[in-house]
Amino acid sequence: MLPTELQRVMEGVKHPTRRAVLIASAAAGGALMVGWYAVGKDRTAKDGELNAFVTIAPNNAITIVAKNPEVGQGAKTALAMMIAEELDADWSHVTIAQADLDTAVFKGQYAGGSMMTPENYLPMRQVGAATRALLIKAAAKQWGVAESECSTDKSVVYHRASNKSARYGALAAAAARYEAPDPKTLVLKDPKNFKIIGKPTVGIDSARIVKGTPIYGIDVTVPGMLYAVFQKCPVFGGKVKSANLDVLKKMAGVKDAFIVEGGSKEVFEAEGGTVSSGLLPGIAIVATSWWQADKARKALQVVWDEGPYAATSNESLAKEAEALFLKPATLSLRNTGDTDGALKTAAKVVEARYDYPFIAHVTLEPQNCTAHVANGKAEFWAPTQLPEAARGLVAHTLGIELKNITVHMTRSGGGFGRRLMNDYMVEAAWISKTVGAPVKLLWSRADDIGHDFYRPGGWHQIKAGLDKDGKPVAWKQHFVSFGKDKKFASCAGLSPDSYPAGRIPNVVYGASLIQTGIPMGPLRAPGENALVWVFQSFIDELAHAAGKDPLTYQLELLGKDEKLPGRGDGFSTARSRGVLEKVRQMSGWGRSLPPRTGLGVAFSYCHLGYAAEVAEVSVAKDGALTIHKIWAAVDVGRQIVNPMGAENQCQGGIVDALSHVLNQKITFANGRTVQTNFDGHMPVTMHQVPPMEVAFVLSDNNPTGLGEPVMPPVIPAVTNAIFAACGKRVRSLPIDEKTLAV
Amino acid sequence: MQYRLNVNGTDHSVEVDADTPLLWVLRDAMNLKGTKYGCGAGICGACTVHIDGEPVRSCLMTVSSLGTSKITTIEGLAHSPVGQRVQEAWLKVDVMQCGYCQAGQIMEATALLTRNVAPSDSDITTAMDSHICRCGTYTRIRQAIKLAAAKEA
Repeated sequence: MLPTELQRVMEGVKHPTRRAVLIASAAAGGALMVGWYAVGKDRTAKDGELNAFVTIAPNNAITIVAKNPEVGQGAKTALAMMIAEELDADWSHVTIAQADLDTAVFKGQYAGGSMMTPENYLPMRQVGAATRALLIKAAAKQWGVAESECSTDKSVVYHRASNKSARYGALAAAAARYEAPDPKTLVLKDPKNFKIIGKPTVGIDSARIVKGTPIYGIDVTVPGMLYAVFQKCPVFGGKVKSANLDVLKKMAGVKDAFIVEGGSKEVFEAEGGTVSSGLLPGIAIVATSWWQADKARKALQVVWDEGPYAATSNESLAKEAEALFLKPATLSLRNTGDTDGALKTAAKVVEARYDYPFIAHVTLEPQNCTAHVANGKAEFWAPTQLPEAARGLVAHTLGIELKNITVHMTRSGGGFGRRLMNDYMVEAAWISKTVGAPVKLLWSRADDIGHDFYRPGGWHQIKAGLDKDGKPVAWKQHFVSFGKDKKFASCAGLSPDSYPAGRIPNVVYGASLIQTGIPMGPLRAPGENALVWVFQSFIDELAHAAGKDPLTYQLELLGKDEKLPGRGDGFSTARSRGVLEKVRQMSGWGRSLPPRTGLGVAFSYCHLGYAAEVAEVSVAKDGALTIHKIWAAVDVGRQIVNPMGAENQCQGGIVDALSHVLNQKITFANGRTVQTNFDGHMPVTMHQVPPMEVAFVLSDNNPTGLGEPVMPPVIPAVTNAIFAACGKRVRSLPIDEKTLAV
Repeated sequence: MQYRLNVNGTDHSVEVDADTPLLWVLRDAMNLKGTKYGCGAGICGACTVHIDGEPVRSCLMTVSSLGTSKITTIEGLAHSPVGQRVQEAWLKVDVMQCGYCQAGQIMEATALLTRNVAPSDSDITTAMDSHICRCGTYTRIRQAIKLAAAKEA
């Protein structure tokens, strides 16, 4: 269901084709470098220099390379903390460099799926531990003592018995002469001795951010650089027929203006029939400043061929959905038991229809890329979450060999899944190649909102049967989504294991697909960001229909402790229970509340993490909604790597969800988006953000990520709270307060 | 056209079209990249600078309208004691996720604390509500403003 390129990279981490080995080597000036290398020992220190994971210089400076891109999720800081902890480094001597894309050395250089922590927690600590072991070995040899008698602290090796000590820097050159230890022989620290992991740590770029230091993609300058805008057809799937290029070329500062025909059909149609990441047709305008390029765009007159989807609108899509609901689902996703039979004999039947809109990512830093393509080589500076796919896309589209493509990852002003798609990079490459100069392509906000890979909208019709005790015995769901030829569009699918499937004896999940040209893709917690709202809302409806307390009902439905089929090693009902119990206690669930005030609860298992949330809301008689507070209980395993960043991610996930509940909806008309800027698709701002409280449930499981899991249950927690407050069920997002009025 | 601008206490000469917004003069003509482009329409606040001490959206302010105004950007903010306190508070609380909006937020917060040394919660909301933080760091923005205000007291 995720974009195929992302799946491929994630798969490569899980099932590597090359064995990774730890290698230590010497670097210029007597430094020690240690890293994981997938290429074996023929890799020399010289060519490895740039991308060793850790380098210790004779002056004691420690450079740690963050291999994953930083999009605000705290990767750079957390990855370095993992290495520095086991290295027993003095954190104040650590500097962190962002790696370039280098698939010969690094695996999984991406930011997505909340996978940074689970994929790296062990290998990064092993790098740190191996480096420490080498330094100890060098010290022990020098002092003629046993390695086991040596200890380390803050970048110093000690031999307490003889009162000897040596700084890491002084040992680096000697340590570089030894072979790195076999990872299997490394003894990692007992977490109770952690000094860096688990300590709230300020982000490594924060000091630069508050001073306005240029660190983002949009800030990149290279000598001789020109600026570009790229105007695509506002209608998805459209292309250029003709344009007044001669007029533009005469405008101040304009260096060139030309039509880009665009890439191949298979690139556009790779993901369930929708427009996919690739070079779309359009008009490039290149100037000596961005403002001049964008000003020239305002004078642009284009005749477009609007293509086959020019009539698409919210109304046309809703009408198609309506028609599909009148027919049986065309895709059978799950069919267990005898659902129709169980519905007939159920003591009570509950039925509802839910729908949610398309949403755009609107990263605050608009899409941009600086590219220099010349002499069969390409160099990029870009905010990207998936540089490996960018490289492949450029190689495919421009016919450049992979080895001749360099990608420098800049800090990203937000990602949220948008920058897993690298359309802006291939555009920049094409424009640079055409004008024969380095080019910074910057999208306007209108480009960004009008050409996103949107979170797909969807419609659900659900019918459930309860037995005489109110327990669900049957669940029949028809999902109208997007795709082509029985293949879901990117991130528009529904897993047959979606909870509560494993807890109800008779279940039908079916889907029917609408074909459209609208591009779709991953937005934070892809799939779950909408589906959890549908499932958790309807479970809440069942609880009320059964006359039961919704939180108790959720706990009863979870049943006995076991693992149900699901991502990772499965969906743990015990961990789900753990977060629900915790949030019950945090929120004072069950307390008496003022009139028209209510508590709502929801939970989910998403991207290997468990989160349960309670919202307290009140609804005025005119429908005005006030969210008083959100409580979140989160289980991402036994260790929080950086509590500072972790809490921030949770708060951000909650706020992001509130934008879905309260504000955001992309509207289509005449084959294009109606919205052209933040107005009409606003992320929530301060007045809409309630107090929030986050607690971590530390369970004995491997640490996992936090970018995604906290977000999805907030939406149903709020809408369930609205029902508790005023008896109105929100079945369409975002909330229209008028529908809540008495 | 040639324009003379006073930015962060120094006069600079720039050659740009008369309708160029201050944002692009700062970023591309003067290489002061701290002021950010987010929407180009005065909605998001990422491009906020001070003009004669007042917070202004630089994406909507053309260079020809500036005259002899004194412009302060995030790069020059540390010259003001309030600005420095706000930057320190931002770092102490570690407000940032992606950090892209924070220059604008810090400029707005500094203007707020300059005119109101002890803002209430509702003063903070009123002043900051026109800024988008797409990562959702609003809780920490509020916390950092309170910390900066407390240091002043």
